[in-house]
Amino acid sequence: MSNLVNVYFFGKKYEVPGEMTIMTAMEYAGYTLSRGCGCRHGFCGACATIYRIKGDNTLRTCLACQKQVEDGMYVASIPFFPTDKRIYDINETKPTEKVMMELYPEIYSCIGCNACTNACTQDLNVMQYIAYAQRGEYEKCAEESFDCVACGCCSVRCPAEISHPMVGLLARRMVGKYIAPETEHLHTRVEEINKGAYDELIESIMQKPITEMKELYNTREIEK
Amino acid sequence: MFTADMLESIKKVEATREERMKTEPRRMTAEEKETLLKEYHPDYRADGFAEIKIGPNKGQKAPKELTDLLHSNSRLLKTPVDLSKVDYETDVLVIGGGGAGSSAAIEANEAGADVMIVTKLRIGDANTMMAEGGIQAADKENDSPVQHYLDAFGGGHFAARPELLRRLVMEAPDAIRWLNDLGVMFDKEEDGRMVTTHGGGTSRKRMHACKDYSGAEIMRNLRDEVLNRNIPVIEFTSAVELIKDDKGQVAGAVLLNMETGDYLVAKAKTVVIATGGAGRLHYQNFPTSNHYGATADGLVLGYRCGAPLLYQDTIQYHPTGVAYPSQLFGALVTEKVRSLGAMLVNKDGEAYAHPLETRDVSASAIIRECANGRGVDTPLGSGVWLDTPMIEILGGEGTIEKRIPAMMRMYLNYGIDMRKEPILVYPTLHYQNGGLEIGGDGFTKAIPNLLVAGEAVGGIHGRNRLMGNSLLDIIVFGRNAGKAAAAKAKSVELGAMNLDHIVSYAKELEEAGLATDAVSPLLLPKYARHER
Repeated sequence: MSNLVNVYFFGKKYEVPGEMTIMTAMEYAGYTLSRGCGCRHGFCGACATIYRIKGDNTLRTCLACQKQVEDGMYVASIPFFPTDKRIYDINETKPTEKVMMELYPEIYSCIGCNACTNACTQDLNVMQYIAYAQRGEYEKCAEESFDCVACGCCSVRCPAEISHPMVGLLARRMVGKYIAPETEHLHTRVEEINKGAYDELIESIMQKPITEMKELYNTREIEK
Repeated sequence: MFTADMLESIKKVEATREERMKTEPRRMTAEEKETLLKEYHPDYRADGFAEIKIGPNKGQKAPKELTDLLHSNSRLLKTPVDLSKVDYETDVLVIGGGGAGSSAAIEANEAGADVMIVTKLRIGDANTMMAEGGIQAADKENDSPVQHYLDAFGGGHFAARPELLRRLVMEAPDAIRWLNDLGVMFDKEEDGRMVTTHGGGTSRKRMHACKDYSGAEIMRNLRDEVLNRNIPVIEFTSAVELIKDDKGQVAGAVLLNMETGDYLVAKAKTVVIATGGAGRLHYQNFPTSNHYGATADGLVLGYRCGAPLLYQDTIQYHPTGVAYPSQLFGALVTEKVRSLGAMLVNKDGEAYAHPLETRDVSASAIIRECANGRGVDTPLGSGVWLDTPMIEILGGEGTIEKRIPAMMRMYLNYGIDMRKEPILVYPTLHYQNGGLEIGGDGFTKAIPNLLVAGEAVGGIHGRNRLMGNSLLDIIVFGRNAGKAAAAKAKSVELGAMNLDHIVSYAKELEEAGLATDAVSPLLLPKYARHER
């Protein structure tokens, strides 16, 4: 095996191929994962991980599925983090400045230390999106937090005990539902369908013999 | 971070770029496509399949790895569970916490039913979360549900069940509206018009997206809504067997706490199987774009209690999985990369096919190039180029960062800047076209109070699925299943619960000469290495 490196899973030393990710290296070492493993491709946030390289006191965060192992890496996965999601009725919650004050008042205790941003596995400017949330600037908050995978590494490090991913999510739902412009062509089409405007056409295409369907399909015009 | 040989080949890609961009590669004729598929598509490789020896699909073929699971026994055969001790009782039991299961739970709750979700990982650990490119719906003026039907029916080789495809296309616009009203942030113009693009095989631009986090954006809204409604979600808990009653109905499921190993009993008037796909079975040794839990559990549960499968022998290989670097091997490179203009180019810099053929055709053409020495060698095999710098030339600088930020981030982690350099791709196991058979109402035909939704269903797409029709089907069929399950639960009277079907299944296996100690469903892939 080429290029073996020493890594420490929960303090215990294993020799693993250096081209592996933390996740595949744990499996190589014999772990069967149930916690701390989800999509395996960087989208679900299940594999939040804290690590430190031997000889360096910096505590780093990553997604285990996206991070390659390094020699001397001390690894601890975070199987669950009690992020504090507040319950609300989306239909009764309007995008006013008060919403954040009511649901996530702790954001106003942010001390501006930037630990959340430094911990972000997606390289987002987390502290900035919290600042937008404080000011009720939900579109900016939504845009800045859009790529969040809710791994929770920011919340682990926050001295103000903010559940950042939940704040971003609330802002995005406010924007999606209330602030983004209405789509007229969508409403029109739904109403046409509800009124039965396509019933006969769809029935008729469903009844067509396969030979006719092949002809229709192979000669259909494709929008440029 | 490319090797020297790769860099040499990139020079050829760059040298032909200007010329290539002047013309759109020709689309294949129907005959050309058929010949290509027969020669190179993995579905045509006989040695990847085995005959199913028992049950409703006896005599038909399925991928070997799935057949092995269907030829296994219940883990409860030798570990009896006391069904009289009921741990959970509910109207609607939803098995699976992805997009289909969550949509079903929300609608069942909306209809006033008691509903609960069980999921072997966390809610949202699902293929839905990983869907990147978008969701189809015919909601623009030059489009119609009928046109959508034609695209999907033809793209699926004229094999989709008409009553299922009808529901898919007719309820698509309402699905988008429902998601929008939940708070999903679709890409829109300033006047509210949806930003839409083509997918492989579409004749109209009807792909709606949320950057390249389309599935993630949908899933996190659904998850948040499930939690806001206080719907019970039992995580790290697998359904390992359906329970039946003495009237031939399902009556709930036996659950396994994945952490303690304890069994639990959930009693329910209706059950929705929403367990998703099978990528982690690695058919024909392909890597997969699927999440960790995609092991076909629902297919096994349903089949063992008598529900037939449909099109279980047809699998979708997404043309563009990551071929290099090896840390990302098999990860999805969204079709949207091609919707935005990137061409597929072989080792010699030649655009050998139209970039937006249907997925089965596109994947087969990549396999053909590589099998004939026109691919680029990688540590784990080979691949062709996806010429991503074209996107920045066509759409202007910054297009990649704005429209496909997840892709850009994934590659930058490994020192590859897709804005400046092309990327290497090869097909990855992506989707099961087949699954459990349902009627237009969402119920299995064999068991009156058992429903299926999402990727676990067979027949919606026929023998190949178009991009953007899966995110759509989990919403349309998930919502429908939730409503139908809630309504049905009002009239279901459960009889005496039993697990007799696992005993008769074992007997059938034995009579077919397949007596075995192997158990299924698989629950988690066996990735741990225990060699010395």
